[in-house]
Amino acid sequence: MSDAAVPAIKPSMPEEQPMIPQPLVELHGWGRASGTMSHLAQIDSVADAVSALRKSDDRGVVPRGLGRSYGDAAQNAGGTALDLTKMNRILSLDASSEPATVTIQAGVSLDLLMRALLPFGLWVPVLPGTRQVTVGGAIAADVHGKNHHTQGSFGNHVRSLDLLMADGEVRTLTADGDTRELFWATIGGMGLTGAILGATVALQRTETAYFLVDTDRTADIDELMERMSQGDENYTYSVAWFDAVTRGRHMGRAVLTRGNKAAVADLPVKLRRDPLKFVAPSLGTLPEIFPNRMINKATAKAFSTAWYFKAPKHRTGEVQNITQFFHPLDMVAEWNRVYGPHGFLQYQFVVPFEEAEAFRRCLEMIVNSGHLSCLNVLKRFGPGNPAPLSFPMPGWTLTVDLPIEEGLDKLCDTLDTEVVGAGGRVYLAKDSRLSAPTFRKMYPRLDEFLAVRREVDPTGMFNSDLARRLELSNPTPGGAA
Amino acid sequence: MINAVGAPQSLLLLGGTSDIALAIARKYSRSGLRVVLAARASDRRTAAVIELTSLGCEVTEVDLDARDHESHAATIEQAFSGGDIDIAVIAFGVLGNPEQAWRDPELALELAEVNYTAPIHFGVLLGQRMQAQAHGWIVALSSVAGERVRRSNFVYGSTKAGFDGFFLGLGEALRDYGVHVLVVRPGFVKSKMTSGLDEAPLAVTPDQVAETVIDAIKSKRELVWVPGPLRVVMSGLRHVPRPLFRKLPL
Repeated sequence: MSDAAVPAIKPSMPEEQPMIPQPLVELHGWGRASGTMSHLAQIDSVADAVSALRKSDDRGVVPRGLGRSYGDAAQNAGGTALDLTKMNRILSLDASSEPATVTIQAGVSLDLLMRALLPFGLWVPVLPGTRQVTVGGAIAADVHGKNHHTQGSFGNHVRSLDLLMADGEVRTLTADGDTRELFWATIGGMGLTGAILGATVALQRTETAYFLVDTDRTADIDELMERMSQGDENYTYSVAWFDAVTRGRHMGRAVLTRGNKAAVADLPVKLRRDPLKFVAPSLGTLPEIFPNRMINKATAKAFSTAWYFKAPKHRTGEVQNITQFFHPLDMVAEWNRVYGPHGFLQYQFVVPFEEAEAFRRCLEMIVNSGHLSCLNVLKRFGPGNPAPLSFPMPGWTLTVDLPIEEGLDKLCDTLDTEVVGAGGRVYLAKDSRLSAPTFRKMYPRLDEFLAVRREVDPTGMFNSDLARRLELSNPTPGGAA
Repeated sequence: MINAVGAPQSLLLLGGTSDIALAIARKYSRSGLRVVLAARASDRRTAAVIELTSLGCEVTEVDLDARDHESHAATIEQAFSGGDIDIAVIAFGVLGNPEQAWRDPELALELAEVNYTAPIHFGVLLGQRMQAQAHGWIVALSSVAGERVRRSNFVYGSTKAGFDGFFLGLGEALRDYGVHVLVVRPGFVKSKMTSGLDEAPLAVTPDQVAETVIDAIKSKRELVWVPGPLRVVMSGLRHVPRPLFRKLPL
């Protein structure tokens, strides 16, 4: 869009807007562990968003999408949360340009977007572990997928975005030109520079909705890291699940799956008739019946062993569909209920490649801690992007899902220390417990972000529980930190 | 905000030099925890600041005078000037000599003001703040003495009875706003408040009370006894007929 010296300002809405109902409801993240009460405003249009912003009080507003952040990023105790999921229209598609681009409202989910684009042979460039996230959320958390080492995170593919700012105006920002600072502060900015209302995203082309996948089972963590270090560049997509329960000789044994997009010629004849068909089986919704200790020694051990041995020792060129390859968990809606009412947290960190020893120590700490995690992901990141709060950096990243139990805080604090020592960081979209001083050590470019935020939102109108916890809010005369 | 693993970021201790309040702060202490100590300026307060600071807490001192009602609003205002309060503990109180308390009108008035009037005044002020921030805990240190008031310390007991009822009710009123009130009913606590008194059965230490408070917040309970078995004892005692109750050595 425009590279003009002054960001393009779309005509602002009239001052008088009908009041949107804002019921006080409990909001929590996907981990369900630290809910608070926010006023949830259902936003159907830009006018609604402006109105809700102008009517907010000193507790501020935070944009919210599908609530897949694990922690407290999209909740705002005592303040307002803008539910943007109804702003879910695909506005335009430019399939002829190179690359093709799509312009969407922020509430469009990646699921909806992917389904809409596939028939045109177009592909969403970055898909995280679930398709049930909004485009706005994907930008605000700068999400990454299995192709980070080759294609970067979501922000790398955003051409421009429309941001509703604290002054009540909507501006169009681009990655280059005079709006670049605010653009990159918004990528990974957790909704604290403003509310993303829409974006134009560059797309990839694909012949099929299938992948050619190679699977390898490795005996331990060392074999896994060695294999990944050597072969990853041959694959667009690469990720490993590892066993975080088994100790000793086979610690960190893993199933490594890597693949590339399949061409029509790669498909078996049966699939060639409809190569862009999207297969998304659903196994239903988990009911709210699980007790707190569903994940215990016995179930975690059984699951981990089964998952490991279910995978072939070595297989190449298997054709897998999107759900099999990308999003097995999307088959079960509300799967987070399996952790019971206490909820869980996801700990995801990255450390630079040269700190492989620290990475191994972290893994060892988790495995030996007695805290049990079944959904464990290990991956190599490629280069990061210019966003000051973006999570990915070149290095090893590891993710574990840990049910909330006695002593978990100690384990996470110890991991933090190791991660900080190695020059690494924790992913904010997953975080629900980091302290402000530790966070500061993990994100050395924080001050750049805060400088932009002070400029565009001097009173801290955009605010969230996460912002208060990590002291990302500007001090206001009223005193809120 | 109390984070996903139950660690608060900020504590307000009203009666910040009380043994129980300090035991709670010690157990929660970690690097960066913000603690507001509201108490009368004293050497004890200074000592508490030094201790909590050495544990990594960022401590601020605020003056609190329970009997100066005019000052309460400013105390709360200052306490919240650094941001949201996750857990506010109401821990101040006086025991008084029980036989003097029902004969000396001044002492009776002091007990009523410190143990009842001031706490409900602070309770309302805290309630407003917490309702606006829509999260947080108010921990009200009550006593089993208020559960069934007995002859041996009925002035104190009656103030705690009122206190207890108020905070149970406040908890109900604040439920829908995401704010929790925890009423704690300890038995005999071995602390500076009870020093010199004969120890009662089932006596506990301030540490045990603190432990119970922390567990209760973690599991979102809103009424606890310390030690736990007192709940059973008290539910029995509540129903003992007066002529018999009178004869019990309590």
